[in-house]
Amino acid sequence: MKKILLFLILLTALAACRTIDPITPSDPTDVGGGDAGDIAGFFLLNEGNMGSNKCTLDYYDYATGIYHKNIYAERNPGVVQELGDVGNDLAIYGSKLWAVVNCSNLVEVMDAATARHIGQVSIPNCRYIVFKDRYAYVSSYAGPVEVDPNCRLGYVARIDTATLQVVDTCVVGYQPEEMVIAGDKLYVANSGGYRVPDYDHTVSVIDLASFKETQKIDVAPNLHRMELDAYGKIWVSSRGDYYDIQPMTFIIDTKIDAVVEQMDLLACSDMTLCGDSLYVYSNAWSYFTQTSDVNYAIVDVKTHQVVTRHFITDGTETWFQNPYGIAVNPNTHEIFVTDARDYITPGKVYCYSPEGRLKWSANTGDIPSRIVFTKQSLR
Amino acid sequence: MIRALLFLLFLAPPPDSTEVLTESVVTAFRQPEKIIPAQTLQGEQLEKLNALSVADAIRYFSGVQIKDYGGIGGLKTINVRSMGTQHVGVFYDGIQLGNAQNGQIDLGKYSLENMESVTLYNGQKSTSVQSAKDYASASAVYLQTRTPVFSGKRRTNLKATLAGGSFGTINPSVLWEQKLGSSVSSSFNAEFLYTTGKYKFTYRKRDGYDTTAVRQNGDVRALRIEEGLFGRIPDGQWRLKFYFYDSERGYPGAFVREEPGKFRHEDRQWDTDFFTQGSFYKKWGKYRLNASFKYAYDYLHYLSDPRLDVSTMYVDNHYRQQEAYLSLAQSYDLFKWWDVDLAADWQYNTLDADLVNFVYPSRNTLLAALSTSLRWSRLKLQGSVLYTFVGDHAREAGAAAEKRNEWTPTAVLQFIPFRDKNFSLRAFYKRIFRMPTLNDLYYTFIGNKYLKPEFTTQYNVGLTWDKHWTRGIFKKLNTSLDVYYNEVENKIIATPASNQFQWTMVNLGLVRIRGIDAAVSTSLALGPVSADLRLTYTFQKAQDFTDPESPWYGGQIPYIPWHSGSFTAGLDYGRWHLNYSFIYTGERYESVANIPENYAQPWYTSDLSLSRSFALGGHELRGTLEVNNIFNQQYEVVQCYPMPGTNFRLILSFLL
Repeated sequence: MKKILLFLILLTALAACRTIDPITPSDPTDVGGGDAGDIAGFFLLNEGNMGSNKCTLDYYDYATGIYHKNIYAERNPGVVQELGDVGNDLAIYGSKLWAVVNCSNLVEVMDAATARHIGQVSIPNCRYIVFKDRYAYVSSYAGPVEVDPNCRLGYVARIDTATLQVVDTCVVGYQPEEMVIAGDKLYVANSGGYRVPDYDHTVSVIDLASFKETQKIDVAPNLHRMELDAYGKIWVSSRGDYYDIQPMTFIIDTKIDAVVEQMDLLACSDMTLCGDSLYVYSNAWSYFTQTSDVNYAIVDVKTHQVVTRHFITDGTETWFQNPYGIAVNPNTHEIFVTDARDYITPGKVYCYSPEGRLKWSANTGDIPSRIVFTKQSLR
Repeated sequence: MIRALLFLLFLAPPPDSTEVLTESVVTAFRQPEKIIPAQTLQGEQLEKLNALSVADAIRYFSGVQIKDYGGIGGLKTINVRSMGTQHVGVFYDGIQLGNAQNGQIDLGKYSLENMESVTLYNGQKSTSVQSAKDYASASAVYLQTRTPVFSGKRRTNLKATLAGGSFGTINPSVLWEQKLGSSVSSSFNAEFLYTTGKYKFTYRKRDGYDTTAVRQNGDVRALRIEEGLFGRIPDGQWRLKFYFYDSERGYPGAFVREEPGKFRHEDRQWDTDFFTQGSFYKKWGKYRLNASFKYAYDYLHYLSDPRLDVSTMYVDNHYRQQEAYLSLAQSYDLFKWWDVDLAADWQYNTLDADLVNFVYPSRNTLLAALSTSLRWSRLKLQGSVLYTFVGDHAREAGAAAEKRNEWTPTAVLQFIPFRDKNFSLRAFYKRIFRMPTLNDLYYTFIGNKYLKPEFTTQYNVGLTWDKHWTRGIFKKLNTSLDVYYNEVENKIIATPASNQFQWTMVNLGLVRIRGIDAAVSTSLALGPVSADLRLTYTFQKAQDFTDPESPWYGGQIPYIPWHSGSFTAGLDYGRWHLNYSFIYTGERYESVANIPENYAQPWYTSDLSLSRSFALGGHELRGTLEVNNIFNQQYEVVQCYPMPGTNFRLILSFLL
C-alpha cells in the first residue's frame, strides 16, 4: 500500500513538472553572402502540409550570408498558433510583408523590416495576392453558394492596405488562382479544380474602376499561374487534366483581351519573369504513366522562343524530388529553385548562378514555395 | 478542402495473465496452451478500467500505440509494434472485421459494454482449428463479447446500465440474456451513445501565447444492437450473431490557426453497419471442425457543405461496402503430441462509391493455411504456411490490379529449459503481407493499381516466468519479456504527385523496428484487501530506411515514442473497488524529420475510478465514478488534434 501511495505521489510530482513547450527558435545556416545591389535578401514561405499548422517563414540575408530558417514564431510569440496552416502566397508591398495562409483562411500582414505581426485579414480559402494603389486583391475559392453547392464561384476580395478591411468583392470563375494587373484591369486565372472533370477554362477580366467582372477569356482547362511581361502580354499556365489534356502555356494580349498564342510544348508548374527572360519549371503529373515529367526552361518573352530547356547546367537538377518554387534575383540574375521533397519533411532551396551552376543550398521548412526579394535588411 | 482531402486520403492468456494462452474464442472448450506472445484484458479487469471503447482498453497493452484524434468520436486506430494499422487484424467473436476500403478499423466504435475479453496476439493466434484468416495478419486483436452464463436455476439475466458524464455524454444500455432451452440461449444487447464532444483545451508556449478553445463539431450519436444465439451440441457448439450499428458524427478537424470563432466546421459522417455471422464447432474423436460464415454491409456517407462552412469544398460522397466470407477449419490429432490443421477461407468484397472516374472494384480472396503443432513436455513447436490468392475486378477493362499469389510462413517455438516449469522461453518468426486496400489501388486520382503488397517480417524471442503462492501476501506473479526485430518492406505511402492537392500511393517505404515489450503483473492479498497490479513497458526504435539520400534516413518514424508504458492498480475491499490507471507515452516526433519543429513532448495521464455494489433485495446495483486525466494534462496524440483534459463519468448498473 505504501509503495502504491509513494508511486502516486511520484506521479503527481511528475505531472506537475511537465514543461510548457518552448517556441521553436530560428535556425541559422551560413551559406555565403554576396552583393546584390539594392536587394538585401529574400523571404521564403513554406506551405507546410495540410492540417499540420506548419506554415513557416525563412529569411536569407546577402550581407551576412546567413539563411535563417523559421523566423516567424520567435519574432511573434504572442500570435496564437504561429503563421498557420498552408501558406500559399507571399508578397511585399510598400513596407508590409503579406502572407496568404490558405487553410487558416487569412492573410497575415507583417512589417517587412521586422517580420512582426501587424494585423490579419480573414478571407475563407484565400489563394493569391496582388496590389495596385491603396488596395490589395486576394483571390478566394469561397464565393457565394447558389442553388447547387457544387457550382460555387470564387471571388476576388479588395482590401484596403491601410485599414486591413475587405472593402469590396467581385465574383469571378470557379476556384480562381493567380492574378495580374495590367493598367486598370485585373486578370484572374480560374481553375475549377473542385469541379473535376468540369474544369474552368477562363480568365476573368475585372475592371478596377467599377470592380466588376467585364469579360471571361476562354483559354484552356485548369488555369493556374500568370505572369505579365513588358509587352502587355499575360503568360498563363494550364495544368491540363492530368490525363489526356497536356499542360501548356497560353499568351493573352491585354490590348485585345484574347489568346494570341498557345505554347504547346511549354508545360509550366511555376514561372518567374526577369527582364525578357521567363524562367519556367514544370513538374507535370500524368495519371496514365504515374510519373512526373520535369523540365527547366527559359523563354524569351519578346520573341516567344524557348532559349534553353536546361537552365540548370551542372547536372544537379537530378537532386530534385519535387521542384516547387522558382525566383530570379533581378539584380544578380541568380536563380533560386525550391525542392519540396516528400512534402512531409523539410525541403531545400538551391541558389544557382546565372549560368546555372549551384552556388549554395539550405534546408527550409516543409514545402518551400514562394520567394520574395526585399530591399531592407531584416532587423 | 483540406479536411475533405485528408478524409479522402485516410478513409478512409488466460484470465489475468499475459502469457499463458488459452483459446478465448471457443470459451466452452479449453484448448491446449499456446505459445505466441499475447496479452489479455477480460472480465472484471476490463470492467474496472476507465475505458469506454476497446481503444481505451488496448492502450494498456505493451507494444501498442493508439492513434487517437481525440474525444469519444475521434478516430482511434491501433498500431502494433510500429508495423502500421493495416497490419492488425481485428476479430469480433472470432471473425475478422473487414474494411476493404481503407483497411483500418476504428476501435472507438466498439464498445466495452458487452465485451468479455480483449486479447492482442503478436504474430498470430495459435490455437488448433482456426480459420485461415487467423494466420493472415502481422498481429491480431480479438474482441470477445459475453457468452451467457446462468447460475443455478436462473433462466434470465438482465442488466440495465446508465452512464453519463463530461462532454454532454449520455450512454444507456441493456443486456438481456435468456435461456431458450437446455442447450440454447440468447443474448440481446442494445446501447445508445450521445455526446456533444465539446471540451476545453489549451495551447501554450513558454513566454508566448496561451489560448483556450472549445472543441467543436465533435458530437456523436450512435446506436448499437446485437443479438446472439448460442447453442451446445454433443462435443461442440454453434453461434449466430446479428450486429447493427448506426451513427452520425462530426469531424472536428485539425486545430490550426484561424480567426477564432469565425468558421464553423461542419463536416459530417454517417455510418450504418450491419453484419451477421455464425460458426459451428464439433469434435469427432481426433478430428475437430470449425465452420463459419459472415455477411457484412457497411454504408458511409460523408458530407462537407460550403453552405454550412464557407471555407470548405463541397463533398457529398456515399460509400457502400459488402463482404461475404466462408471458412472451414479442420484439425486432426495424429498422435497425442502431434496435430495437423488445414483451413480454407473465401472472401468477396465490393466497394461502390459515387466518385468521379470510379472503377467500382471488387475483390476475391482465397486463403489456405496448413499448420502443424508438436507438443512434448518441455518443447512445443508450431509451423504454418499460408497461401493467399487475391484477384480484383474493376468495371472498366484494364483498371484492376494484377492477381496476386503469395506464400507466407510462420514458425513458433516454446521451450522449458529448467525443471522449474514456471520459466519458459519462446520465439517466433512470421512473414506476412497486407494487400493494398481498395482505396490504395483505385481511389480516384490517388489510387495506384501497380502497387505491390506490403510485407512484414517479424522475429521475436522472449521469456516468461510465472509463480503462484498459496501463502503470504503475494498470490501470484506473472512476468514476460520479449525482444523483437521487425521489417516492413514495400511500405505503401502517400506521396505528392506535383502539388498539395495531388497525391498518389507508392511502394516506397522500408522501416526497421527493434523493440522490447515487458510486462509484470501481480496479485496481493492483505487481510480483507486484495490488489492487482500490472506494469507494462515498451521500447521501440522504429527507423525509416526508405531513401539513403534523404537527410532523415534512419529517423524515428512519426508518432512512435522510444519509451512508453502503463501501470494499473486495482484494490478490492468488500464491496468497494478502487482502480488507478496510468499511461505514459514518451517523447516522439511528428515526422521522420526528427527536428525541434516536429518534436512532441511526453504525455502521461492518470485515471481513477471508484465503484461500489449494493444488494437490493436479491438484485444488485453497481455505481462507478471515474475521473480521467486527473492532472488535466493538455496533450495531443496526433498533431493538431487536442485531447480532453480532466473529465468525469458516472455509471449505474442494475442487475436483475
